[in-house]
Amino acid sequence: MNQNITETLKKLGPLIGLIALFIIIAFMNDSFLEFSNLRNLLRQVSINAIIAFGMTFVILTSGIDLSVGSILALSSAIMANFIVGGMNPEVAILASAGVGIILGGINGIVIAYGKVAPFIATLATMTIYRGATLVFTDGNPISGLTSDPLFHGFGQGDIAGLPVPAITMFVSFLILWFVLQKTTLGRQTYAVGGSEKVSYIAGIKINRVKIFAYALTGMLSAIAGAIITSRLNSAQPTAGMGYELDAIAAVVLGGTSLAGGRGHIVGTLIGALIIGTLNNGLNILDVSSFYQQIVKGIVILLAVLGDRKKA
Amino acid sequence: MEIKMTGIAKAFGTNQVLKDVAITLKAGEVHALMGENGAGKSTLMNILTGLHKADAGVITVDGVATTFANPREAEKNGIAFIHQELNIWPNLSLLENLYLMQPKRNGIGMLDRKAMLAEAQAKCKELNIELPLTKEAGQCSVGQQQMTEILRVLMLDAKVVIMDEPSAALTERETETLFRMMRQLKAQGVAIVYISHRMEEVFSECDVITVMRDGHTISTKPVQETTVDEVVRHMVGRSIDEFYPDRTTAPGDVVLTVNGLKPRDFNSTISFDLRKGEILGVAGLMGAGRTEIMRAIFGIDKHDGGEITLNGKHLHFKKPEDAIKAGIAFITEDRKGEGLILDFSIGKNITLPNLGQVCPNHVLNSNKLVDFADNLSKRLGVKTQSVHLPASSLSGGNQQKVVIAKWIGLSPSIIIMDEPTRGIDIGAKRDIYDLMNELTSQGVSIIMVSSELPEVIGMSDRVMVIHEGAVAGILNHNDASPEAIMNLATGGQ
Repeated sequence: MNQNITETLKKLGPLIGLIALFIIIAFMNDSFLEFSNLRNLLRQVSINAIIAFGMTFVILTSGIDLSVGSILALSSAIMANFIVGGMNPEVAILASAGVGIILGGINGIVIAYGKVAPFIATLATMTIYRGATLVFTDGNPISGLTSDPLFHGFGQGDIAGLPVPAITMFVSFLILWFVLQKTTLGRQTYAVGGSEKVSYIAGIKINRVKIFAYALTGMLSAIAGAIITSRLNSAQPTAGMGYELDAIAAVVLGGTSLAGGRGHIVGTLIGALIIGTLNNGLNILDVSSFYQQIVKGIVILLAVLGDRKKA
Repeated sequence: MEIKMTGIAKAFGTNQVLKDVAITLKAGEVHALMGENGAGKSTLMNILTGLHKADAGVITVDGVATTFANPREAEKNGIAFIHQELNIWPNLSLLENLYLMQPKRNGIGMLDRKAMLAEAQAKCKELNIELPLTKEAGQCSVGQQQMTEILRVLMLDAKVVIMDEPSAALTERETETLFRMMRQLKAQGVAIVYISHRMEEVFSECDVITVMRDGHTISTKPVQETTVDEVVRHMVGRSIDEFYPDRTTAPGDVVLTVNGLKPRDFNSTISFDLRKGEILGVAGLMGAGRTEIMRAIFGIDKHDGGEITLNGKHLHFKKPEDAIKAGIAFITEDRKGEGLILDFSIGKNITLPNLGQVCPNHVLNSNKLVDFADNLSKRLGVKTQSVHLPASSLSGGNQQKVVIAKWIGLSPSIIIMDEPTRGIDIGAKRDIYDLMNELTSQGVSIIMVSSELPEVIGMSDRVMVIHEGAVAGILNHNDASPEAIMNLATGGQ
């Protein structure tokens, strides 16, 4: 019974943290809880959250993906080029997701079959994909893509008062929650991270599970890239730099263990909301962006330390 | 130097490893220490060198009662232990390994590599051995690493040298060099403890043989006054009680044939067959290669050549998945490392290999999964309140039952069990034996690797004995006496 309570507390920890953060910031500034600001908040969170959902799968297999920002930039540049070349913008978004799957799949194949440590493998592809982006774009943004309203809606529009990127985030969340909790693939993702040896001997196709996780992360990074590109109507070769760290932070804040096998995607959504709320709240409170970084770092440290104590 | 250990007792938790052990080591004498796996040989030597503390008993060195606080202190006092697992830093050269703990320094405190090299070379010459001293240890053969370890001990001016199965990893030529060094040490008045399972070596190289069994010293005799037969009898001499359920099924036709299988890094090939409803015991000493053979069959480790025929079909298992599809299950000896995900609940562990079978459309059906796990957990008699509790909450015996449950769920036709009852209590053991009988009566065939002779003899229809990576013989139930098995396992005739 006692154990159950600590278990539940541990699961609820990130949520309690998020609520506390909301209350504190709301007290310090009225405009925080205004509808327009909350909408803004969701829009800001969506990009990091979408990437972090994929990162959750990767980290659950006890891997890591540092190349998400570079995949985002390269798939966006390719998509922008397609659109400039006359492709239907909506088809181009799908093509971009395909590029993300391929780039992420390469990560997965190198890690699964090449037996390269995920940190090293994706550190290398992070550099390679970024370099490829710069070569492909010649270092210049690809701008003035299209005036297609559907394409612009993907990054800027609203449906029923909700920003479309936030809807994309919630829909991906629901799908991925289902995959992780309710399918054999999800169970096997946990198993591979829990013990690769046990999983292998139990006949699980561990290479396939890993490649899926990285390909999924690649696809989600590309979707996040499409959102940014749609919002700016332009693909930047430097887009997505440093995004891997925010995504990892969201996963860790959500209580997923970097050692793999333990954690859940609900936590990641909350983790992303915590980071987004901090960013948004500190801006509203007029805290200098220099201090913001320090605060963010401290929050991550405290969250992880708290998790350690309970474990 | 003379060392006397008397009345030594030692327990780890509830496991009484040593009960009443006495041994005397004399200068210039090679003393063989023999006994089955788990008889307490290594523990005894670890007590002498200060790694463990005895619960009772006295150690005297030249008549003075002594205990060493740790192995390093024992070494300083001239007692050195060369372990089976060598203390070698693979990333350093042999020379650096030699001098890591006792480096030579020059006038200003810097390492004096030249002096160290010169001394080591001189020592090698004196002992008439050749070592690539500047080569990285990890690149050297196990034999060369072992020579280095022995050399290091000699440079400490050791008076007592303990060697735990030193020849196990050596080639014939290296073994010859080892013996030459041992004779030289003996001539210099060093006392040597030689732990080995190899009768031939023991009888040719040692002066005295002490046999241990179940934490007791059974006998200490000069080599001239004993025989291989007597030593084996002393090693295994316990009666097999009524503990094992009677085998009721007569094995049927051959279902599995392994022909010429050569596990990677083996020098010989393995051939045997398995009948329907049979329990084939696999006996052998630690390191004989039993586990490796089973892993190669199941596709966990690679093998070079050989044929596996299952119900008349030639099969090749590249990975465990293939073997599982063919209806084979593998219960590992490493319960915590390879058998269970300790963080996972009991239910999740049980259903892990069965997900595809219970949920064929890839969507998890929680009710079906819990029922499935619950049924198996009850069938195996896992003692737990709920299958939702983590596997780590269970005792060793119940954890083992969970490992077995997850494989039984696949309804395999062949089960490979590697040490199925290691480290579990009597009650759970009996449960597992009963289950084995039940399974074989339903036509399941079992290969059981075990280091416990009574278990092998009590449960097996036939016993295959492995010696140094080869099948030394296959005994029928009636011929499988402890003596016959140990004889084959130690390479005797």
